[in-house]
Amino acid sequence: MDLILEGLVKAFQLLASLDPEVLGIAMLSLKVSGLATLVSLVIGIGCGTLIALTRFPGKKVLVSLVNTGMGLPPVVVGLFVSILLWRNGPLGFMELLYTPAAIIIAQSVIATPIVMGITIAAMQQLPASLRLQILALGATRTQLVWMLIKEARLPLMAGVMAGFGGVISEVGASIMVGGNVKGYTRVLTTATVMETGRGNFDIAIALSLILLLFCFVINYILTHIQQRERPR
Amino acid sequence: MKQLQRVLFVMLSCFILSAIALVPSSWSAQPQQKNLILATTTSTQDSGLLDVLIPIFEKQTGYFVKTISVGSGQAMKMGEKGEADVLLVHSPEAEKAFMGQGFGVNRKLVMHNDFLLLGPANDPAKIRGSKSAAEALKKIAQSGSLFLSRGDNSGTHAKEKGLWKVAGIAPEGQKWFQETGLGMGETLNVAAEKHGYLIADRGTYLALNKKRHLGLEILVSGEPKLLNIYHVIEVNPAKWPKVNTPGAKAFSDFMVSAPTQTLISHFGTKEFGSPLFFPDAGKPE
Amino acid sequence: MNQSANVLELQDLTVSRGGVRILEIPSFALRENEFVSLIGPNGAGKSTLLLAIMGLIQSESGSVWHRGVEIQSDASRLAFRRKIAMVLQEPLLFDSTVYENVASGLKIRGVGRAETRDRVLHYLERFKLSDLARRSARKLSGGEARRVSLARAFAVEPEIIFFDEPFANLDAPTRQSLTEDMDRIIRDQGIAAILVTHDQSEALRLSSRVVVLNGGKVVQDGSPAAVMNAPVNEFVANFVGMETILEGVVLSNLELQMAVRVGEHEIDAIGSPLQGEAVYCCIRPENVTVSLRDPAHTTSARNVFPARIVEIASLGPFLRLRLDCGFPLTSFVTRESFATLGLSQGTRVYASFKATSVHPIGKRGG
Repeated sequence: MDLILEGLVKAFQLLASLDPEVLGIAMLSLKVSGLATLVSLVIGIGCGTLIALTRFPGKKVLVSLVNTGMGLPPVVVGLFVSILLWRNGPLGFMELLYTPAAIIIAQSVIATPIVMGITIAAMQQLPASLRLQILALGATRTQLVWMLIKEARLPLMAGVMAGFGGVISEVGASIMVGGNVKGYTRVLTTATVMETGRGNFDIAIALSLILLLFCFVINYILTHIQQRERPR
Repeated sequence: MKQLQRVLFVMLSCFILSAIALVPSSWSAQPQQKNLILATTTSTQDSGLLDVLIPIFEKQTGYFVKTISVGSGQAMKMGEKGEADVLLVHSPEAEKAFMGQGFGVNRKLVMHNDFLLLGPANDPAKIRGSKSAAEALKKIAQSGSLFLSRGDNSGTHAKEKGLWKVAGIAPEGQKWFQETGLGMGETLNVAAEKHGYLIADRGTYLALNKKRHLGLEILVSGEPKLLNIYHVIEVNPAKWPKVNTPGAKAFSDFMVSAPTQTLISHFGTKEFGSPLFFPDAGKPE
Repeated sequence: MNQSANVLELQDLTVSRGGVRILEIPSFALRENEFVSLIGPNGAGKSTLLLAIMGLIQSESGSVWHRGVEIQSDASRLAFRRKIAMVLQEPLLFDSTVYENVASGLKIRGVGRAETRDRVLHYLERFKLSDLARRSARKLSGGEARRVSLARAFAVEPEIIFFDEPFANLDAPTRQSLTEDMDRIIRDQGIAAILVTHDQSEALRLSSRVVVLNGGKVVQDGSPAAVMNAPVNEFVANFVGMETILEGVVLSNLELQMAVRVGEHEIDAIGSPLQGEAVYCCIRPENVTVSLRDPAHTTSARNVFPARIVEIASLGPFLRLRLDCGFPLTSFVTRESFATLGLSQGTRVYASFKATSVHPIGKRGG
């Protein structure tokens, strides 16, 4: 018990003193997961909108695949991405393994189906007559898509937050493709695992607290979004 | 059908474009390979020795070292597949097989420390003062006392398996024998929590015990069989042309160089009163 | 009849869904300033017609012409849509402010900031929304939301405006005031309109022409009186409820007590239309009593007219009598009464109805 208390005390000391290594890890987490979320935003909302608004054969299958992708175990993604990026693998010539870019790629693969799936659901939930009304107002196809995205902006934002929340707390893929290299690919989650293994509970708790803070902020925004009413 | 193809095409191109956009950071690697992948063990990493040595090496040579710490077994597998450039491991039997199959070149002795047989203070199996580790293990097996093994093909695990063999005991599957599949530090924690016996390297034990009192005591130590010997091995470029050979050589030379060896001998003395490693470069095996 | 230009023309327009033809319009024209009501049962194809005109659903065959030019390409369709406006059953407002909503049509058309502002403020005022400009669309009442959607449609100053049951879910007073506002603007700006509605009094009040649709085909197309009074077949007759509808002019109105001139006769009614106004007098068949003798002394009803039975039809427990009093009048009688009175076609009778049974409806300037 006093072990935990000791850890907590030291953790707060580390945070209060703005320990550079801890902060560096936190910033890297934000950068990597932030970029991955950005990629997933572009692909997820772009393709998700296209899928939701177009009718084509095989649409149901594709949407099911996307939904399955939402539940992809991150370690599985990590395994497949690392196989791709191995020196002797198909993309080995790019020398991406054990770089932050590799983590961004893996996390993008994890987050994109989440954003895409939520986008598809959100766009399909817009009343069909809304589309008619927008077209009746004389909108071009581009204007229509843009206005629909604006209408669904809140659930779409929730999707992006969900994607971000999913990847910033992900550890399996990040270790596999990132290698947990100090100061380079060591992020909050991988560092926490390592420090716990070493027995450095104070650092591990400090890192966990930061991660919890991020998760809380994300959730707060999500809840705020969900509580709003819809227009008539 | 055309629509579906269009959709898939857009998805794929978006993905590839984003990936390519992220590449520049690696493209900026110098024509002469700047990245050096060092595969080593968790216990080496956890001791903190590399945190001291690597920055010095990087500054001297300009290489960017990516230290990937996994178990010895996995480290050597990486070498076998050409996914690492140089190895720093401590699993002599496996290393010899590795060299024998032609996966490595220039295997050099770097340093050693020793393994300890640890257990709860009350020592239920009464192994304290045993003349050899094998003898102690026999007592543990006979009394059915809880024993924690890493079970992860690491150097420590290999050492442990060798000792069980010498003791003539096959512990796998027995109720008192538990494999954690975890790193050294974590396995020590588990043993501490569950009041079990285990074999651990001195470095990790001392470092961990300083941070939190484990409640485990050194019961058997000092036997030649408990020596933990570290070698640095360059991965054979003949098998894998993509290996960073100059980098590997530079690191290997660095590890056995006199200044580094001196650093190694002093490492840990301040904190623990005694060094964690003993430099051995140049000595006969 | 003046030779107004055809603002809209349809030729051989057909729409099918799942192999079934749901709309078939050989020809249809909408003239300048004309207000057409489109009525019919559910599934008759009214909404389909509007959507087909706008190109929002795929038509199987046929053409749509705007001021003599056929709408064929995507570009011409877009140009056409930007000259018209459509108001659907649900307000379908956007998740932003009232101002933003009303401005949306203008934004789409690329209208400049300054002019947008002028127009939006103008229409906010016309629909009594000025105070709500900054309010979020999520926080409006049903009536307010409806007004915003109307303001949004009118703000683009369309040539033609289409309504698909715009007042369906509103209470009577809200409906009334909105209809008036709308009517005024349409008349002021000379906008042609097509209104799809279930409410026949709405159709009467606002339109100069009523089109009855059934099974995707036009069954009758004419003035409100013609459709209501001279239904072309059983279906239309049943659908409009066969109320007696008489065109007339208000002679006097003293504290709601009206005298209306209908043809050669004078009818007493209760209502608000003022002297000189053109009105429709609607009388439910149930309220018309038929007797053999002049009931002038025995009844309190103020309207008593000698009449001749022109047609008799059976309606279950009732019989429907079409009477000629110098103007057409319809009455229901029970089988009993019919038998008791010994009525038959051609019998001369007296038809009476109370002033309170006459519902005068202000007639749109025709």
